[in-house]
This record gives sequence, structure tokens and C-alpha cells, in this order.
Amino acid sequence: MSDNELIWRVAGGSGDGIDSTSQNFAKALMRSGLDVFTHRHYPSRIRGGHTYVEIRAAAEEVQSRGDGYNFLLALGDSFARNPQEEAYYGNEEVKPLSENLEDLREGGVIIYDEGLLSEEDVAELDLEERAEENGWHLYPMDLRSLAREHGREVMRNTAGVGATAALLDMDLEHIEDLMEDAMPEKILEPNIEILHEAHEIVSEEYEFTHDLRVPEGDHDDEQALLSGSNAITFGAIDSGCRFIAGYPMTPWTDVFTLMSQHLPEMGGVSEQVEDEIAAAALAVGASHAGVKAMSGSSGGGFALMSEPLGLAEMTETPLVLLESMRAGPSTGMPTKPEQADLEFTLYTSQGDSNRVVFAPGTVEEAYEQTRTAFYIAYEYQIPTVIIYDQKLSGENTNVDVSFFDREPAPDLGSTMTEEELEDAVHDASGKFHRFQHDPENGVSPRSLPGQQDGRYLATGNEHTPAGHISEDPDNRVAQVNRRLRKLEAIRADLDEGDTHQTYVGDDDADYGIITWGSSQGVVEEAVARLEADGHSVKAVGVSEMMPFPEAELAEFIESVEEAMVVEMNASAQFRGLLQKELGRYGEKLTSLLKYNGNPFEPAEVVEGYELNVEGSGTDPSAQVRLEPAAGD
Amino acid sequence: MSAFNAIGDEREIDRDEFTPGLEPQPTWCPGCGDFGVLKALKQALPEVGKTPEEVLTVTGIGCSGKLNSYLDTYGFHTIHGRSLPVARAAKLANDGLEVIAAGGDGDGYGIGGNHFMHTARENHDMTYIVFNNEVFGLTKGQTSPTSPKGHKSKTTPHGNAKSPIRPLSLALTSGATYIARTAAVNPNQAKEIIKEAIDHDGFAHIDFLTQCPTWNKDAKQYVPYVDVQESEDYDFDVNSREEAQEMMFETENALHEGTVLTGRYFVDERPSYQDEKKELGEMPEEPLAERYFEDDYDWERSYDLLERHK
Repeated sequence: MSDNELIWRVAGGSGDGIDSTSQNFAKALMRSGLDVFTHRHYPSRIRGGHTYVEIRAAAEEVQSRGDGYNFLLALGDSFARNPQEEAYYGNEEVKPLSENLEDLREGGVIIYDEGLLSEEDVAELDLEERAEENGWHLYPMDLRSLAREHGREVMRNTAGVGATAALLDMDLEHIEDLMEDAMPEKILEPNIEILHEAHEIVSEEYEFTHDLRVPEGDHDDEQALLSGSNAITFGAIDSGCRFIAGYPMTPWTDVFTLMSQHLPEMGGVSEQVEDEIAAAALAVGASHAGVKAMSGSSGGGFALMSEPLGLAEMTETPLVLLESMRAGPSTGMPTKPEQADLEFTLYTSQGDSNRVVFAPGTVEEAYEQTRTAFYIAYEYQIPTVIIYDQKLSGENTNVDVSFFDREPAPDLGSTMTEEELEDAVHDASGKFHRFQHDPENGVSPRSLPGQQDGRYLATGNEHTPAGHISEDPDNRVAQVNRRLRKLEAIRADLDEGDTHQTYVGDDDADYGIITWGSSQGVVEEAVARLEADGHSVKAVGVSEMMPFPEAELAEFIESVEEAMVVEMNASAQFRGLLQKELGRYGEKLTSLLKYNGNPFEPAEVVEGYELNVEGSGTDPSAQVRLEPAAGD
Repeated sequence: MSAFNAIGDEREIDRDEFTPGLEPQPTWCPGCGDFGVLKALKQALPEVGKTPEEVLTVTGIGCSGKLNSYLDTYGFHTIHGRSLPVARAAKLANDGLEVIAAGGDGDGYGIGGNHFMHTARENHDMTYIVFNNEVFGLTKGQTSPTSPKGHKSKTTPHGNAKSPIRPLSLALTSGATYIARTAAVNPNQAKEIIKEAIDHDGFAHIDFLTQCPTWNKDAKQYVPYVDVQESEDYDFDVNSREEAQEMMFETENALHEGTVLTGRYFVDERPSYQDEKKELGEMPEEPLAERYFEDDYDWERSYDLLERHK
């Protein structure tokens, strides 16, 4: 862990403006030249309920939320439903303070709103005693009165930001600029007053006992603060996707909302429909008619998409779907991250599957792989799924603006023009041979309804080259084989470009860590720490789930003596996939699993390594499980 | 220049163009009402000036789903109950297409009931033909959402305890703007109704009585039938929601009492969904599908959307 980093946690109730406050504060830190990474923890509620956002900021690159945190702004929950301790969910008002003490590092700083939190409630926490034990620095402040005095109570968060800036010796310039951009005139003025007043009071009246100050950094390039959902949206827009259909479900709603805001402005169409079956079926219909289209959902909604997904496979309709995982099964924990829908996404829908699945690990990869997903879907006429989770969906990090400065790719892939159709193969009745047996890469170019000379039947039944329903055994085998050949061709195509897997650590290391999707950043950071401590470790973050990069993974596992597979689920699904695809290495692969609703912290991966390799060290927390390799 | 030159093609159209040259042997039983729908469509399409390649026929699953195997247009034989969401998206993608969706009563009123309700509500500019034979045919005669109360089948050995769904009333309540019932045994009326439905700007629902000679002998051939517009016994205004509602209710009851009433029940001029979306600026005037063939279209880039993230 870096000595010179700030991990600021702002905690309040749902509805207290935690999201917008943190977004602006993260941008201010980014604009000051720091790298930032945010982590959002929130309940499935509209008003009330403990929620926090963490912003980690440092001069050097940050790839995860980090371990614990070192600065707490506890606003208290002004929408708390249960002010009594005896209530089922306990005293909610004080939770933004009480629930966050566990993770606060030694020497950490606490500001809490003594205007909202009663002396009694705070006294019950033994706060002073614990502060002394842990070397915490307490700065109680009546944020509520300050906000009321200049504006409205809801502006408590601005007072908190002003106090934070003062304690961190941080310039208000960027914060003010951002407030000016974001706020309408009417509320801007009181907010600015509150910001300055809080800053002044703390600077002048409080005695600083802490050492923590905001780090200083510098960017070579202009930066943008983006989430995985932003990146997927941008990847879709730059691929020429102009149609989306969906139904709201957390966390998929993030992308759906963003697309729905952007598409009408660019002459595209967004459809909120009756259910997820319709949503995926609409994407199939739009794509069939010649528009680049997408849909998606989270686990439960994606379950309803199984059938349209299969229809797209059978009719070879290009389609991009998103699977934005959250903790399951069933409704599970709607706002918490988990990586437990992998097997479901790979295998859902009946018959032999013909789909491609990507699991991006970072914001940049989310953009990159969304572009690849559209390319593959339209070139190979196959559904492509991007599987990601609540963590990647909602965490924000800074990205070079120049990263996005590239050409759009709106090409429809293997689609014919009317000119090409004139010379294409037709049967005696004039029907176009849309599903020819012989293409070597399996792809038989399509026509679009409304084109001259392109008539054919698309059907979910097995069919002849012209699309007629057929159960002829020779035709059946020819069509199944051709559709499967596409996956081989896609594998070869992917192998030709830069790898989608991310490798870190020393090539010669004899211990490997394997992870997939959004756990990648945490693992990268853990490897850096282990290396700094003199361990020989390397890691790979895998993004291609289907078709599987067999050769690459076999090479990686062969090159190490032992490997630990890190993933956020209870049943070691990715380790299972590795063993299924590679057919061996069961004795080499240990699993590190976490499924309590919170993403891994780098220290937990480090502890997992120590326990696995040295059989010693700290036990990973009770909520992280090490599952040994076969035969161990 | 359009990339879809079949659309709006003004030429003489022969009815035979809609019959596949190498016609697959229909899988329908002799005497099946589905032949009546096919025939009426083949007659109606040339008369409304549509060529095979500007029509997209989207079907569900069941005997009725085979319609586009025997009607030579662009076809999409989808999955059970899902013809409507596929069809309406194709229309949103390219509103030059003439989109006709079709399926059976189980497909449209049972498994796809939610889509039926919402497609009608949204008033998509398309035609939806429901082959209503009051039974699940292809899976061998099980009770369907339109089977009469008391109907005996292998899945309801003691008779159906459920009252049948009211297709016309459901379409009206949901928001369809053209609602008619016709029967396979009445080809001239069927053709005229299909023509009106295609010409209608909005969601046109045709409940098409298609006798199943194999599994639903009770329904006979849906004869004799009465055309409510021609009969002197009925007098109501198809533009009046109240009067239409009453007439529909009576028609739905009469079917199970042995009187087959058919005709137009409701016509409303409310703007189609496509028009509403264009009005709001949520759908381009030019069909979206054309854009991918325009050489000089300046595609928007995410790079230009970064300002508010900086």
C-alpha cells in the first residue's frame, strides 16, 4: 500500500447526495493531477439506508479500491427509518459513522456531522476510546447548522467537502469549478458560501493533529473520469450501435440509461419494453433488419433472454448482449458485486451453443472489448455477450482522453449490398442462399429485408441453405458443423490481434495468479506488493471466456509450479472452466473465493498467497475462502 | 439513393410472385383454415401494391408459424410467442418495410400475451394476424387460451374450467387501432380486411378464425358466418369505442353459442408509435437501416462526448 495516498470515504444515507458529491470530489482530485479510483457501496433502497463511496487518489496509477481507507466523512443518514437501536435494522441514523470504523486505517481522519448525530449516539460507540487505540483523529463539526444557515440542510455534504479540503490542505479551485458546472444558479450560490465557510472554520478554529495531506501529482494527458458502464456505452457508440432495447434492472440500468440519453441525439432508437424477453427479441429484430443493435440485463433479466439468444444463434443474427452480474441466486443482493453468472452465461439456452463471451477487466478493456464484441458479432453473425459486474459497472477511474481519439467502426460486417446480391447464389425459385454449407470460416453473408434479390426465410428451426425448414440428416450435420466452424475462425481471428488477456509480474515467476473480469486490478496490485516483498509471482487476467484462449492459458499454467484462481463466487466457476477447457491441471489450481457482497481488496489476495504458499501468514478474513487444489 | 430498392417499387405485381417457385409441401392438414389465411394474403398483397421483397412476415411457432414457408416474402420464423417484439423492432429499424406478424391463439394470447398487450398499447404500425382455432394444433390438440369453457382435451380430461380469453376486447383495451375478426371460410371478406389492416397506420389486429379439422371438430368450419357490417341485425359505429366494446363482447359470447360473427369492430386514427417517436425526436425521419450504406455519413464519436467527464 502506498504511503502517499488518500482513500476518502463519504458515508451517508441513500438520498443524501453521496453519489454526486463523490463524483465531483473525485473529478477535483483528478483535475489536480492525481489518479483516482472509486468504489460504491449502496443498498437497494430509494431513501435512507447506509451508503458510501470511496475515492482513492494517488500520484501513481491506482487499479483498485485499495485496502481499507484513511479519511472518513460521516454525514449520518438523514433519511433513516429506524432511529431506535432495538429496530430490526438497528439505529440507521448513526450507521454512516458506526459501520465504517472497522475498515479505517490506523492514524485515519474522521469528520462527522455532530449536527445530525446526537451526542448520545456517538457516545455509545466509544468513539474517543477507539480513536485513541487506533490513532484516529476526530474532527466533529456541526455541518447541518452550517448548511441550514446559508442554504438548506441537504447541503451538509458541501460543508463536509469544505471541511475535508481544509484538513487535507487542498485547494478549493477545482471543487468550485465543478460545482459551477454542475449546479443551477439558485443553489450554486449558497453551496459556494457553505464550502468556503466550512473551509474557513476548520482552517481557523480546529487544531490539526493528523499528518495526512492530499498527494500531489501530474498528468501528461488530459483525463476523463469514467466508469465501466461509460466505457461500454462509448464502445457501442463507436461501433455504430444505434439501437438498444431493455428493461430496468440493477446494475445493467447504468448502460441502458446512458445509451438512452445518447442515442436519440445521434438519430438512434432506444426502447424500454415490457420485459427482457421482448428486449432481446427487439434487438434481434432490429439487427435482422440491418441496424447494429444491443440489449442486456443482469442475471435475473438475462435468464429471460435465453430463448432470443438461442434464436440469434440459430438464425445467425448478429447481436450484442450485456450480462451485468450482481450477487445471486434469484434476486440475491441487487446492489452488490459477484462473478457467479459465468457458467449461466456460457451455457444458457438449449442446444449446442454458438456464442462469444468477453469479460473485460478494466474501464479501458470494457471499451476495447465492446468494440471487439460488435466486430465479431457482425462479421461472424453470432451473438456476443459482455459479462461484467456491479463493480466494473459503477467504479470510476481516470482515463487518458486521447485513448478515445479513434475512428468509428459502423461496418455491418458480412452483409451484402443489392449489387452483390444480383450475382449471389439463388435457388430456382429466386430465394437467396443465405445459409450456404461451404464457407470455410463458416460465415455465409446475409441480405436485409427490403433489398432486391435477397429474399430468404430466417428460422429457429434447422434449415436448408435458402432457409427452408428441414430435418434432413446430411443438411443438419452440414449446418451444425458450419456454425461451429465459426467459433474456430473467431478463435483464430482473436489470436491474430493483440491478446485480450492481461499479464503482469515476472515472466520467470514460478507462482501464478489467475483471475477474470473486474478482479483484475486488485490482483495486479497484489502482485506488485508481493514482488516488492521479494516474492516471485506473476498473474493473468483473462477476458476471453468463449471461445477459450486454451493455448495461452495452458502455456501460463505450464510455466508455473502452482497457481491460485481468484474470483468473486462460491463455486469456483472460472477454475471449473479452466479445467473443462484444458482437461488437466486440477492438482495445480487453488481457488481464492469471496462472495460476501464486497469486492476483493489487494491485501486479501496477498494473504491468500501467503497462506497457500507458506501455509502461514494471516488467515484471510473469515469471509474469504481458500479452496485447495485437488489432492492437496 | 436507397440501399433497399424493393421498398416503394412501383410495378405490376403478380399474385403468383408470392407463391414460392419450389413450393415446400405445406405441412397443414387437408381442410385446415391456415390455407385460407395464405390465400387471402396472396390476394391482398398485390392489390395494396406490395412486392415480395418489401414485405417482412414474422411468425411464431405452431402450424400458423409455417405461414412464411409458403408465402414468398422476406420471412422470420421466430420462437413461440415472440413474433411481435421481433417484428416491431424490424419496423423501427426500417419503417419502409411492410411488416406483418402472425401466429396462433396460444402464441399470441397465451405465451405472447404480454407482447400483444404492449404492442397494441404502443400502436406500432404493423398488421398482426392471429390464427385462432381455439386449440393447440401442432402439439396435438391441447386446450388453448381461446378454448371454450368445458372443452375436453388430453390436458383437460374433465373439461376446461377456464373461460376463454376475449381477443377482440383485449385488443381494444390494450390500445389497438384497427380490430377485426374474419374466418378462413370467408375469403373475400378476409382479403378486404387484410388490405385495410395493411393500409392502416397503426397496430391492426385480425382475429382470424381458422378451423382445425383434426383437433377441434366441435368448431366445425365456422359456418354459417355473419358479417356484422352487412347484416341488418347489427348496427354500431366502428369509430365508437363504447359501441365497439359492446359489439365485441356480444361477438365473443356468440361464438360459443354457435353464431360466428365477423367483420370490422374498431377503427381509430390515433398516431402510430413511429409517428409519436419521430415527433419527440426519438426516431430519425430517414430509416435507420439506410445509414449503414451511406458513404458520406459522419458517424458520431464518443471522443466528442467526453467534455462532461473531464
